[in-house]
Amino acid sequence: MGNAGAATTHDTHSHGVGHYDPAAGKIGMWLFLFTEVLLFGTLFIAFAVYLQKYRFDFREASGHLDKLIGATNTGILLTSSLTMALAIAVLERSRKRLSLMLSAITILCAVAFLVIKSFEWRAKFEHDIYPKSATMLQKPVGEQMFYGLYFTMTGLHALHVIIGAVVIVFAMVLVRTGRTNAERITFLQNTGLYWHLVDLVWIFLFPLFYLIG
Amino acid sequence: MSSQPAALCMPWPNYLAAKPGILSWLTTTDHKRIGVLYLVSMMPLFLVAASFAVMFRLELFSPGQQFLTNDQYNRLLTVHGVVMIFLFIIPGIPAVFGNFFLPILIGAEDVAFPRINLTSWYCYVAGAILALVSVAVGPPDTGWTFYVPYSVQTHPNVLLPMSAAFILGWSSILTGLNFVTTVHRLRAKEMGWFEMPLFIWALYATGWVQIVATPVVGITLVMVLLERYLGIPIFDPARGGDPILYQHMFWIYSHPAVYIMVLPAMGVVSEIIPTFSRKRIFGYKYIAFSSIAIASIGSLVWGHHMFTSGMSDFARIVFSFLTFFVAVPSAVKVFNWLATMYKGSIYLAPPMVWTLMFIFLFSIGGLTGLINASLSLDVHLHDTSWIVSHFHFTMFGGTGVIFFAALHYWWPKMFGRMYNHRVAHVAAVLFFCGFLTTYIPLFIAGAAGMPRRYADYLPEYTIYHRISTIGSWFLFASLLLMLGNLIHALFKGKPAPTDPWGGATLEWRTATPPPTLNFSGRPDLTRGPYEYPEQVYNG
Repeated sequence: MGNAGAATTHDTHSHGVGHYDPAAGKIGMWLFLFTEVLLFGTLFIAFAVYLQKYRFDFREASGHLDKLIGATNTGILLTSSLTMALAIAVLERSRKRLSLMLSAITILCAVAFLVIKSFEWRAKFEHDIYPKSATMLQKPVGEQMFYGLYFTMTGLHALHVIIGAVVIVFAMVLVRTGRTNAERITFLQNTGLYWHLVDLVWIFLFPLFYLIG
Repeated sequence: MSSQPAALCMPWPNYLAAKPGILSWLTTTDHKRIGVLYLVSMMPLFLVAASFAVMFRLELFSPGQQFLTNDQYNRLLTVHGVVMIFLFIIPGIPAVFGNFFLPILIGAEDVAFPRINLTSWYCYVAGAILALVSVAVGPPDTGWTFYVPYSVQTHPNVLLPMSAAFILGWSSILTGLNFVTTVHRLRAKEMGWFEMPLFIWALYATGWVQIVATPVVGITLVMVLLERYLGIPIFDPARGGDPILYQHMFWIYSHPAVYIMVLPAMGVVSEIIPTFSRKRIFGYKYIAFSSIAIASIGSLVWGHHMFTSGMSDFARIVFSFLTFFVAVPSAVKVFNWLATMYKGSIYLAPPMVWTLMFIFLFSIGGLTGLINASLSLDVHLHDTSWIVSHFHFTMFGGTGVIFFAALHYWWPKMFGRMYNHRVAHVAAVLFFCGFLTTYIPLFIAGAAGMPRRYADYLPEYTIYHRISTIGSWFLFASLLLMLGNLIHALFKGKPAPTDPWGGATLEWRTATPPPTLNFSGRPDLTRGPYEYPEQVYNG
């Protein structure tokens, strides 16, 4: 099994194009996910260090975030992970239309998440809370740090939501044209893995930013 | 069939002749062409960075200001460091020789993701262009480490060089990801893990370090940029940040990066020494596992860059211990190489001469590393030219020298031409003399208190700087001679045979230069990677 890919390449002589090795695609994706985990992990370390240093300020600032909005967004992303997983499961049973519909719902969830997030950010900006604003500079350094990390980490996460949604659109095109199907499903599965990671990161961001107040 | 002379069974043209035209090179997914693309884009950058070093060494010929202002000196120094580290030493051996030979050595036709492989080269080029543009618009003066708070406050542009480092990080991650997957999935059926050449083990371990360590520095550089340009407080102590945290995050990547630099070099040594000793490698499994051990322990020693920047004593003791500990697997390799040569039939062709030079220079680099790892001594030696000399012995005398050894070892296979051995030997000896003349005085001056990175010095240090500067001329001349000899071979060299060195790994059992799909038919796996036909001693 471990060398199935080698056998295929030698038989086809097609130089990397045309042979299909789902295991290689999976390994590559997981390795890529490791890099993403470490990318966010570094930010979580920074958060941990400053939470320790400015415990009171962090709690104070966290109290100003809207828990309801955060919880709604958490619910939306969890739902989107479910629909993503279902989209893969039904395509494995060759139910193409249903798979496309479930992928579309996932994208809608992503859009809903981003819309809510943008309202949340805008509300903060309207209250003059953004890096280096007059109000911000008068707050204790710990609160400035909290909001700095808040904008950085949720911003980077939102960027990942956007990328994830775009990748799901690609996957839908591939499913629609039949290039991804029950037999060649790695692209959709990898898209799902990426989407679950995006979801998972939020599962950690939500309590750390919204629930410590 | 593959054991016949290659010319008899070569239905396909070699990879160089397969498709003509610049465009076919820029869109190629052939791992060999991508390796050559890396080589061609890397060598000019290397020469530029080396010539910068010659320039600022010239400035240091006498105390006081000669022809560079302090500002120009800082910038030359920074650009030298950034280009050498991010564009030469880190990608160097994996991107050029790993790309070219990894699939061949495991009997595959290509890497697992050929298009991602090409993407990683374009990331490299984009990073290189950003770095060069930053030199043109005003080079940074932060040193290659971009320490906060200076990098947040300094006047010159840091956006370009830091973005360059970020993009080059992605190039490195993509290469590592590709290599790890390739080793897992594309080994020839008959080749088990312990039948792989040791260069592959080294590339495999390196791939993991590239994947695990690089994202940390990537996001850390992004944080510095956010702090500098958007005013988000993260590391600046004036705004409640912790600059030591930056140093931790920087070195969590940048020390493992040292092993990204040196592990592939050690892998090349494990290929060259048995080939030129006509003897099976001694302690195969120990060398293989020592690569993994170096990769894993080496990920936990970053704190030794920060002994003087403020850490708990407990942390310093742990980091000091781990630093001593990581020397063990490196020493295991050195002893195994020496044991391989013992009672071998040693053939001093140019690649072997460079490799023996490596063992000598790298041992000095490694042993002085142990001195730096001792907490009390490090307080004295930290930030002196001793450290500069130490890491040039490991990086330049180690990885750099093996890069040149690999060039001489694989040049005939890659381009089908043999270079002039006599000139190659002269260049190697000249390099060796130039190297020691350049760096030994820096050890002495550093131990006597000469700080690193300074544009000026007290008159007491003049003699050391003079000797070092004179050495740098010989060093640079030897590099030009070596590269000139290799390039001359491309046009005037004799055609190289399939197996000029009597090597036993798979690249020597295919045509010179290899066909696009690497082998004509199935690769010959009846012999192991270290079973030489005319082996003299099989212990």
